Amino acid sequence: MRAPVSPWQEAWRRFRKHRLAVVCAFILATLIFAVLFGPWIWTLPVDDIDFSVRLQGPSLAHPLGTDDLGQDLLARVLYGGRISLAVGFAAMAVAVCVGVVVGSVAGMSGGRLDAALMWITDLFLSLPQLPLLLLIIYLFRDSLTKVVGQELGVFIMVVTVIGIFNWMPVARLVRAQFFSLREKEFVEAARALGASRLRLVVVHILPNALGPVIVAATIDVAAAIIAESTLSFLGLGFPPDIPTWGRLLFDAKDNLDFAPHWALFPGLAIFLTVLSINFVGDGLRDALDPRRVQ
Amino acid sequence: MTQYLIRRLLIAIPSLLGISVVLFTVLALAPGDPFEELATNPAVPPEVRAALRASLGIDDPVHIRYFRWLAAMLQGNWGFSFVSRVDVDQLILQRLPTTLLVIGASQILALAIALPIGVYAATRPYSIFDQIANTLAFIGFSLPTFFTGLLMILLFSIYLDWLPFVYRANIEATGWRFYWEHLRQTIMPVLVLGLFQGAAWTRFVRSAVLDVIRLDHVTTARAKGLPEGRITIRHVVRNAMIPVVTLVALQMPAVFGGAIVTEQIFRVPGIGSLLITAVLANDTPVIMAVTFVFACLVIFFNLLADVLYGWLDPRISYR
Amino acid sequence: MTEDDLRRLIARVKSGRLSRRGFVKRVAAVGLTAPMATQILAIAGAAPAASQSVPTYRPTRRGGGGSLKILYWQAATLLNPHFATGTTNQDGSRVFYEPLAGWAGDGTLHAILAAEIPSIENGGLAADGKSVTWKLKRGVRWHDGQPFTADDVVFNWEYARNPATATVTSGSYRDVNVVKVDDFTVRVEFQQASPFWADAFVGSQGMIIPKHLFQAHNGANSRDAPANLRPVGTSAYRFVSFTPGDTIRAELNPNYHMDNRPYFDTLEIKGGGDATSAARAVMQTADYDYAWNLAVEDEILKRLEAVGRGKVNIVEGGGIEFMMLNAADPTTEVDGERAVPGSRHPAFSDPAVRQAMALLVDRNSLEQFIYGRGGPAVANFLLNPPRFRSPNMRWEFNVQKANEVLDAAGWVRGRDNIRAKNGVRLRFVYQTSVNTPRQRTQAIIKQAATRAGIDLELKSVTASVFFSSDVANPDTFTKFYADVQMYTTTMPQADPQRFMNQFVSWEMSGKANNWQGRNIVRWKSDEYDAAFRAAEGELDPIKRAALFIQMNDLVVGSNHVIPLVGRPTVSGSLNNLRHVLSGWDNTLWLLGDWYRET
Repeated sequence: MRAPVSPWQEAWRRFRKHRLAVVCAFILATLIFAVLFGPWIWTLPVDDIDFSVRLQGPSLAHPLGTDDLGQDLLARVLYGGRISLAVGFAAMAVAVCVGVVVGSVAGMSGGRLDAALMWITDLFLSLPQLPLLLLIIYLFRDSLTKVVGQELGVFIMVVTVIGIFNWMPVARLVRAQFFSLREKEFVEAARALGASRLRLVVVHILPNALGPVIVAATIDVAAAIIAESTLSFLGLGFPPDIPTWGRLLFDAKDNLDFAPHWALFPGLAIFLTVLSINFVGDGLRDALDPRRVQ
Repeated sequence: MTQYLIRRLLIAIPSLLGISVVLFTVLALAPGDPFEELATNPAVPPEVRAALRASLGIDDPVHIRYFRWLAAMLQGNWGFSFVSRVDVDQLILQRLPTTLLVIGASQILALAIALPIGVYAATRPYSIFDQIANTLAFIGFSLPTFFTGLLMILLFSIYLDWLPFVYRANIEATGWRFYWEHLRQTIMPVLVLGLFQGAAWTRFVRSAVLDVIRLDHVTTARAKGLPEGRITIRHVVRNAMIPVVTLVALQMPAVFGGAIVTEQIFRVPGIGSLLITAVLANDTPVIMAVTFVFACLVIFFNLLADVLYGWLDPRISYR
Repeated sequence: MTEDDLRRLIARVKSGRLSRRGFVKRVAAVGLTAPMATQILAIAGAAPAASQSVPTYRPTRRGGGGSLKILYWQAATLLNPHFATGTTNQDGSRVFYEPLAGWAGDGTLHAILAAEIPSIENGGLAADGKSVTWKLKRGVRWHDGQPFTADDVVFNWEYARNPATATVTSGSYRDVNVVKVDDFTVRVEFQQASPFWADAFVGSQGMIIPKHLFQAHNGANSRDAPANLRPVGTSAYRFVSFTPGDTIRAELNPNYHMDNRPYFDTLEIKGGGDATSAARAVMQTADYDYAWNLAVEDEILKRLEAVGRGKVNIVEGGGIEFMMLNAADPTTEVDGERAVPGSRHPAFSDPAVRQAMALLVDRNSLEQFIYGRGGPAVANFLLNPPRFRSPNMRWEFNVQKANEVLDAAGWVRGRDNIRAKNGVRLRFVYQTSVNTPRQRTQAIIKQAATRAGIDLELKSVTASVFFSSDVANPDTFTKFYADVQMYTTTMPQADPQRFMNQFVSWEMSGKANNWQGRNIVRWKSDEYDAAFRAAEGELDPIKRAALFIQMNDLVVGSNHVIPLVGRPTVSGSLNNLRHVLSGWDNTLWLLGDWYRET
């Protein structure tokens, strides 16, 4: 007979058992630590142009090599990582929050409210992204820049823009899960016991609908990091001198056959982030899954 | 059920109208006009540009332009492209077959990858197969398509010289050579798109199946001694299909809308490349037509998904 | 070489003691000529300005060359030259339509549908410069078999100038009068003496469409003409099929009016994609014969050339990438307008700041590391034809000197390393369109500026917005609501009159003219205005060239305009393809003369 454990302790115990998840959580923490504090340790400036060392492979002076202007790639990957990771997580958070709220309200209420919310979802799905982006940036860039400064202004805009174009799948996924779950026996049972509607949703249905949401969230991080590069490419995102991971990858693509290091490291950084977030997500899901017995 | 369908279809009409208003307003307010190249050409006086704008009616107020568009649309007239001065429906029809072929094939490929791999990986979670499948999937969606596309071109077209990387819609060949040439040039774009899509779907299928596989009815079925394969197909997959159907329905309109980046890389003359050139050139009638058809498809496929939920899980009621 | 020397030479050509070729060579040797040299001779009355510069066409029979495959990374969207909103559409139309004459690579005229190039001797040019008479080639037939006559030429004038038709080419036709003299002669009459007479019916603005297919569609119904999509021209290749935005296909015209031409049996022009992969498709895999406008880093092009299958062609023209420093104040808003013409920029009104900015531009690095052969560093704004090129301008990259200039003018570094004076900080918004080399250029200039205590905020705007004529948008280049901006301007004809009007004071862009004015930098100089007015009516080519050189020196010397690099057109072709390219006309201007060496 063991001492009774709280559900959170139990979840933590299970999470630790998922070895891959623990390793990945460690990698993710390292990545975040590196981009946060790396630029203080590796102090080469990100935008120092030096034509004498252009397109060099990895060396002691430049551990990740240099790009075609002779800028140090390690410094750029570290600095750009801050923005890419921040954009990735923030945009994912926006998308998942909006998506879960819209999806659960629609899935729970049905009827008119469902129809109205799904109309909005369909509308967002069918909006042409590019003209809308141009419009948003044209309308809000200057005023936002004035209020919060250039970098933060662009950050807020990029996150909002990526967020509002990515919540629809989450919303539809959650709604579909709700349709199925709200008719399940355990929900019926809880309802019969007089659980309030909010309690039904938060305690009984939502946790069971989280599987696809976690997957969607982890994929959205990658999607947001990549979407940011597309925005930069169109001149809609961060100013061109800010080396986000997606932008580095984009700049590197034409030199792929003779300077592969340029693309390799930002690509690897995105991949590692995605990989670790996903495995951590898997671990979390297994840990939080009440049915899982080990 | 029938009543539900009829009601939903009736709702679809005003919602499409609403969407068209929003679309039109966004496009009308979005900055830019189709005369970028004239701007830096000193041989074209600025007044000529102003006259051109006026002749296309770009300077009229938004609501007037909207009603003009709506009236024409109701009569089946889609308007004409500002940039190529060709009727929009003709432009779209020219590109439809290629888009359906390339994007359709890639969606089928994605499903063909995601369903078996996702299900198999979920039945054996954390086995070697599962780990490898997962890692490949992560590589799949953490690399943007502009990058994987280029990688494939370098490998298959330039180093190995096996496949062409310029897509030609009209190949002058007959018989089996025609099909062979088409197949060769379609492989890379389909692979790039299919693998990217398939990678994400694999993760969703795996997760959905994992959710179901531990449910009581599966355990019951197993306790009854049913063969494992039968359990997986009849009891697990059918119940796990709800998220998958949702996602596939979300993706289906893309078969019409095309894939902008991939079409650009391989020069596939599909609707995606039509849309992006139209957007970059502010060719409003073309954008409007493509996005409007797209909106119709979004509504239709999402409705279809809603109907399928009821078939997959008969307990779901339509209110 | 002085004006007198030149006159002496011209006299020798006239008396037959010096060949025309010898003349061109001599003047070229002193850096004065090449392209317009022959026009000098034409106006001075010595021999026709007919070109001698088109390479000899070798094939001895028509056809048999297989297929010619050309790659454009932007695709043609329409095939009516009078609606062609850009070079790709002009090129697409040029496959089927021809003008009376085209501009060869050295800036001379090359007769195509004209029987000869007008000159004073052959009576083509009026001595007062008020009219030019073109004799048409006889026996030319449209692809559908109808004969080509003066009626077609006159019709094109009517079509292009008709406001209801709203053509792109109307600028070349609305101020002239065109008269049919006989079935094979037309006369173009100008309102005043026109030193530059070769505009209407010449080059990219001059492609001639058939009257019998378009006369019913001259006006508001111009869009309905079936021939807009199925062109019937006079060229070496006739129409097979066209998918807007994708592919043009054509085949040999068996009745072409030039002997032994064309060489190729079929022609395919594929559009779309990006420039780098277009370069690969020609020079690496040899899937295509020719790739248009390779806006690709030179480094990559050199590596592709090293494969040994194809080569890069650099063709000189007048295109120039340049920076402009706003003369007006872009931050203060007056009556819904910023950068109001006549207002003064708080920092750039000080010549020292402008001089410092010019000193901070490392043009050598731009050439060496960004543009390569596609962007030679330049000191002048007016680059070509060579006889208009000023010998007086120099450029220098010197951060130290920039610092000294600013120190001397009293701009002091603050704690944040940004210089200021009387509350004005040297912090500028530097905008351009989205385009990789431009963003690199911004980075290089920003770095140098930082070292001189100037902070540049980089801004890049999507090209379709930046170059639009949308009055509602603040980000267009004609509004110039920024301190510094950068782009390329092109010079489509071998005469600078249309090019140099972008700095005259009456063209100043502002709300009054809906930001349609050509003078975007909002710079005003009475001296410049006077020089331009004088050049407009000056028939003496030598004096006229001197006036344009003076204008160049004024505007570049003010440092409000900082020339960066020239933009010759760069293209790629297979080693065995023999093409005829020109920086003063469309890429496909003489497509009928292309052949393959075997």
